[in-house]
Amino acid sequence: MNNNYAITANNLTKRFGDFVAVDNISFEVSKGEIFGFLGANGAGKTTAMRMLCGLSLPSSGTATVAGFDVYKQNEKIKRSIGYMSQKFSLYDDLTVKENMQFYGGIYGKSDAFIIKKTAFILNHLHLEKEANVLVKALPLGWKQKLAFSGAIFHEPEIVFLDEPTGGVDPVTRREFWNMIYQASDLGITIFVTTHYMDEAEYCNRVSIMVDGRIEALDTPSKLKSTYNAASMDDVFLKLARKAVRACRLNNWHETIFSF
Amino acid sequence: MPVVQIVIFGFALTNEVKNAKIAVLDNSKDEATTSLIAEFSNSRYFDVEKNLVSYNQVQQEFKKGKIKLAVIFPQNFSRDLQHLNKAQVQLIADASDPNVANTLTAYANAIIADYQNSITNNRKLPYTINTEMRMLYNPQLKGAYNFVPGVMAMVLLLVCTMMTAITIVKEKEMGTMEIMLVSPMRPQIVVIAKAVPYLLLSIVNIITILLLSVFVLELPINGSITLLMLESILFTLVSLSLGLLISAAVASQQTAMFISLVALFLPTVMLSGFMFPIENMPLPLRTVSNIVPAKWYYIIVKSVMIKGLGIKDIWKETLVLTGMLIFFLTMAIKKFKIRLA
Amino acid sequence: MQAIIIENIIKTYGKSKDVMALNNISFNVQKGELFGIIGPDGAGKTSLFRILTTLLLADSGKATVDGFDVVKAYKQIRKIVGYMSGRFSLYPDLSVEENLNFFATIFNTSIKENYDLIKDIYVQIEPFKNRKAGQLSGGMKQKLALSCALIHRPSVLFLDEPTTGVDAVSRKEFWEMLKGLKQQGITILVSTPYMDEADLCDKVALMQNGKILSIDTPGGIINNFSNPLWAVKSSQMFHLLNDITKQDFVKDVYPFGEFHHVVMKDKSGETLLKNFVQMHQEDKMQIKELKPNIEDCFIALMKN
Repeated sequence: MNNNYAITANNLTKRFGDFVAVDNISFEVSKGEIFGFLGANGAGKTTAMRMLCGLSLPSSGTATVAGFDVYKQNEKIKRSIGYMSQKFSLYDDLTVKENMQFYGGIYGKSDAFIIKKTAFILNHLHLEKEANVLVKALPLGWKQKLAFSGAIFHEPEIVFLDEPTGGVDPVTRREFWNMIYQASDLGITIFVTTHYMDEAEYCNRVSIMVDGRIEALDTPSKLKSTYNAASMDDVFLKLARKAVRACRLNNWHETIFSF
Repeated sequence: MPVVQIVIFGFALTNEVKNAKIAVLDNSKDEATTSLIAEFSNSRYFDVEKNLVSYNQVQQEFKKGKIKLAVIFPQNFSRDLQHLNKAQVQLIADASDPNVANTLTAYANAIIADYQNSITNNRKLPYTINTEMRMLYNPQLKGAYNFVPGVMAMVLLLVCTMMTAITIVKEKEMGTMEIMLVSPMRPQIVVIAKAVPYLLLSIVNIITILLLSVFVLELPINGSITLLMLESILFTLVSLSLGLLISAAVASQQTAMFISLVALFLPTVMLSGFMFPIENMPLPLRTVSNIVPAKWYYIIVKSVMIKGLGIKDIWKETLVLTGMLIFFLTMAIKKFKIRLA
Repeated sequence: MQAIIIENIIKTYGKSKDVMALNNISFNVQKGELFGIIGPDGAGKTSLFRILTTLLLADSGKATVDGFDVVKAYKQIRKIVGYMSGRFSLYPDLSVEENLNFFATIFNTSIKENYDLIKDIYVQIEPFKNRKAGQLSGGMKQKLALSCALIHRPSVLFLDEPTTGVDAVSRKEFWEMLKGLKQQGITILVSTPYMDEADLCDKVALMQNGKILSIDTPGGIINNFSNPLWAVKSSQMFHLLNDITKQDFVKDVYPFGEFHHVVMKDKSGETLLKNFVQMHQEDKMQIKELKPNIEDCFIALMKN
């Protein structure tokens, strides 16, 4: 891996029958970058993210993640990425410590590594006292932070965050972003989706998907000046309103996959 | 759980027949018949329940379902044996359960053969005791006589209990039940509306099974079809109310499925008498089998369909099912919440 | 006239009643008001909605909806309220039209009877009336669910997190629809985790951990924010945050979009902040005074 990109995508496309969920998208994400991946419901974000995580094969186009090809090396990709979604984060019936050990275990980390890293995370999150508390007893905000720590436990090159702050209170939301910044400082590339437009401002660069295509991709400040908008919220509204995809039909392919 | 299963399957549920209740009609009352009857009594396979005096009584005892086998000695049994060196004995078995009938007649034949050998030992000319066998209700010893009633019980239970429980719980999971509760619609109506299609479906199922068994498996329906249908609908209602009870008590489809399977399906298969004869089970299991609705339905179907009996012979079982229906339905209505918690 | 009266409602969960979902909540909602309950997950919003819609019983306290007691007169309440829960609670296997018909039937009415009320919303999904509800996009499902909740012309409408997980465009459209309904005289109680939606309500209650932090008109809540608030930006945002945190005049500082919001202890901080900027000219620092928004208020109330 001699290039400086954590992710590259070239004309990446995914079709479900006649329906083009992701339509020829091309972009690069630099190492250590915080990359915001925005789009209205049904614009194709989830499908694109699944392809990048090695969970679904593209219909055409090429993409590499951490230098690995999404067609042939998806097992290697899975080892070098972390993933956190709003839905699945932690096992409620395991303790804080056991959850961390579990994350270490599934990536085949050594016991010494797991012990050291767990201690570090608990210290970092000020959760030492709660180490043996069941996760279900923790407040939501703590869970989200812990889940993020789990996603980067094995020190991946890239971490994919799918709406990590949904429903979280404004203070915790900021603490969460603080953690994202710290991870980014350590060189971890962050690929994040969100419905909070103020969070888009925290990203180094933001892409906005409309009808399966990337309609805009730039730094937040450049996007604002290009679209003559006061905030990212305005930029998003201006772009997303262009959507013509019939009734923004979506979900049917996601429904198929949820089985 | 696996330990319980091993114990139950290994020791309690066995196809071996022990202590089967039999009746004896001894028209000869001589030395030979007395010793033979003693042999039967001493065998661990048989319990001589009754000594009968007439052939009519034999029929009645079978109808009552009390006995599995009848041993009938003709007049002059001993004399025939002494003078002609051979004698006749008749075995009549209740073949509505062909497996049990086969096993019992084999045991009986063995006992008779043993006796024959023991008396022959002292003589040059061998004695021969011929047994004449009759398979009551099911002369061809068809397996279908046994499994059709069992399958009927299982299908009805599966469709009614499991499906009703699951569809109602699905509404809870989807959140539509929540919306429905916050509406003027009475929740009981929602639940009944869910149950009715399954009742209709079950009636179609019963008819299909009966048509198949008559025309494909060539099984006769000896009793009244109307009675059979009514009893089946009664059992369907019991199953439906059980399904409603489950749906009122659980919150996820998975739990509903699990409870339907573990708490209903397994006991039905194991304790209804369809796979394993209840008579041979240890007392605790025999007691438990009484609360399995399918056991009663199974007895009813066999009685009506195969033995051709009428309501006066199965009123007890019908009453038990009716009692169960009232109990489960009351429980289900009581348990049904007009709120979420 | 009060459409909703809530007095000292307490709701706990768990065997030992140790999870306090609602901790002594009291407030009133006027008839015809668009009332917002703003708070993150776990604030107790859904518990409150379920108590008011007669789905749950409170441990203690009293509540009435349109004058009907939520415990004793639950049957009357179920006739007059409309309820849309955060979950997608439609029948996915039924078409759009079938869903609407179904809900009209269980409320003893018909689409025709109240079509004028749902018309503005329903026309947007009418072209897809034969499509199965399970195949609609998030925004469309939301519109259908709202139509279903309105089909019996309820006098009070309860919307529990209708916009959660929905994209910004659909959210905007949804709030437009609510404005239209308000003009029809329907009282609307709506909950949301998105702070920016508070401005669209007549009155809001900010909730956190089962307690109400503040209850007022959005303007009133903002006016109560007495500390000076400034926005700061530089080329080194992360370092800026650390540097400003250390300043004595600063009460709180946190990222907010492209700026950091600086809450000062008092008026004197403004000059001090300007001095601070003078000292760090190399970072292209920009500052401006700000009118706080609901999120600023929420953060301040949370930290109090």
